[in-house]
Amino acid sequence: MDETIKKQLQKTAVNIRMGVLTGTFHAKSGHPGGSLSIAELLTYLYFAKMHVDPKNPEMPDRDRLVLSKGHTAPALYAALAERGFFDKKELESLRHIGAMLQGHPSITIPGVDMSSGSLGQGISAACGMALAGKIDSASYHVYTILGDGEIEEGQVWEAAMFAAHYGLDNLTAIVDNNGLQIDGKITEVCSPEPIDEKFKAFGWHVIVVEDAHDFDQIDNAFREAESITGKPVAIIQKSIKGKGVSFMENQVGWHGTAPNAEQYEQGMNELRQALAELEA
Amino acid sequence: MADVKKKATRESYGEALTALAEKYPNLVVLDADLAAATKTGIFKKAYPERFFDCGIAEANMMGVAAGLATAGKIPFASTFAMFAAGRAYEIVRNSIGYPHLNVKIGATHAGISVGEDGATHQCNEDIALMRTIPGMTVIVPADDVEAKAAVEAAIQFEGPVYMRFGRLAAPILNDPATYQFEWGKGVTLREGKDITIVATGLMVAEAVTAAETLANEGIDARVINIHTIKPLDKELICKAAKETGKIVTVEEHSIIGGLGDAVCSAVCECCPVPVTKIGVNDEYGHSGPAVDLLKQFGLSADNIVATVKKVLNQ
Repeated sequence: MDETIKKQLQKTAVNIRMGVLTGTFHAKSGHPGGSLSIAELLTYLYFAKMHVDPKNPEMPDRDRLVLSKGHTAPALYAALAERGFFDKKELESLRHIGAMLQGHPSITIPGVDMSSGSLGQGISAACGMALAGKIDSASYHVYTILGDGEIEEGQVWEAAMFAAHYGLDNLTAIVDNNGLQIDGKITEVCSPEPIDEKFKAFGWHVIVVEDAHDFDQIDNAFREAESITGKPVAIIQKSIKGKGVSFMENQVGWHGTAPNAEQYEQGMNELRQALAELEA
Repeated sequence: MADVKKKATRESYGEALTALAEKYPNLVVLDADLAAATKTGIFKKAYPERFFDCGIAEANMMGVAAGLATAGKIPFASTFAMFAAGRAYEIVRNSIGYPHLNVKIGATHAGISVGEDGATHQCNEDIALMRTIPGMTVIVPADDVEAKAAVEAAIQFEGPVYMRFGRLAAPILNDPATYQFEWGKGVTLREGKDITIVATGLMVAEAVTAAETLANEGIDARVINIHTIKPLDKELICKAAKETGKIVTVEEHSIIGGLGDAVCSAVCECCPVPVTKIGVNDEYGHSGPAVDLLKQFGLSADNIVATVKKVLNQ
């Protein structure tokens, strides 16, 4: 990947992380861990991949994204704000009464293609969007992001079967494999592994990204995905929950806990430092 | 009514989808391995490229329908009421209801008249479940004519609709030449001043028969067909409450949360009068021929007559 573009994407990812902390801090609740682990992914999709227009969020031929792991809405909102779908100030009223930004994605928010958050459901809606694209011979592509804990939901596998059966090669599912869910390690709660073999067995083309925070690896994965025809693609990205904020990294406790004022400041300082290093 | 023609409303559903396909090019049909039973097989045969079998996976089917709707399609997600409203409830609630998507749910084999398959497949709770979802319209057509008209009305309506169809052949009460389906409006099939019988679906024909019997005995019963249970025609119900003073509701559904409770809620607000609910009394069904089951569970003209007399003698 071009170094200038990569650096710009890296900066954007840091800004999205700041948005995650800002949102959850002001909400006094929310899910920072799994939001931070998808910062690069959302950056890549909204700033390097997806055909979208913030001024025309419902453009019929836009690429679509369904955040099936909807609890990580703070990252989606931060990405959409960064991309210009709405004012960044909105992040400060996340989860407040009367606010636009709901605790989980709502289709009423500019740029949000589907309400989601009850786990296992987003991928089915993404299948429906992709099927509509096939019926209409439309040019758009559909992306859906799943949690590795989320795939314990049976509906995910109903959808996986459906997508392969109908050859939905205009659908890419990304599994954010950060290894942690609310009750602990995914391998200890009720292991969904091996994730890659499961998707292969369901008829998907599978790509594993060893470092979900490396834009070159992400770019390579999506380039490979683009070349696949006749079947849907699953990208299993190995990520770090809480990535970018030292005390949150790989800590299951930060799945669904908001930072207090002190933690917020510390986190923001770390991110400001990261941004400064990128700008140096 | 022995000489009256009969047709199961599930069949009307399959026929209506097929007949309307040309007129509405965005209409697509989904099923969950029950096309032969839900009668979407008729559509599948005529429009295979617009029919998508989701396999035995109702949760995913509802989500797929939601996704199709976001892209401008008008999906009819079809399966038995037990799986549409029961198994897939939370997906209908969160993926269709909450985003208020333009999905139509065609739920067949509702109620006890499923018959021999027994309790696991006799859904007597679907109206209750679907009524609780904000913005969901709930329609229970009484006969072939009404069912076909309801399908087209649902296509023209923007938003989620739950439509309940039956397995058992239902007497055809309406004249296709003159019938007009009015969204959210009850239909007064017979005027009367002594009592009002409010019925829905398969029970409408029973209510009409009961009213005829009652008339022969000097009891003047009004009969109202409520095909749209939500939004309910409160005006018509309240008028009946005021004018007749007593109401009996009849539904092939649990007495908890269905037509009877909807009517009770309405009259409580506008004109509290005694309401007696005929339906399935907080119990499961069991196997047996549909017509025998309906009799056994009191879902018959005879029981309506007996109940009305009891209410009037109180």
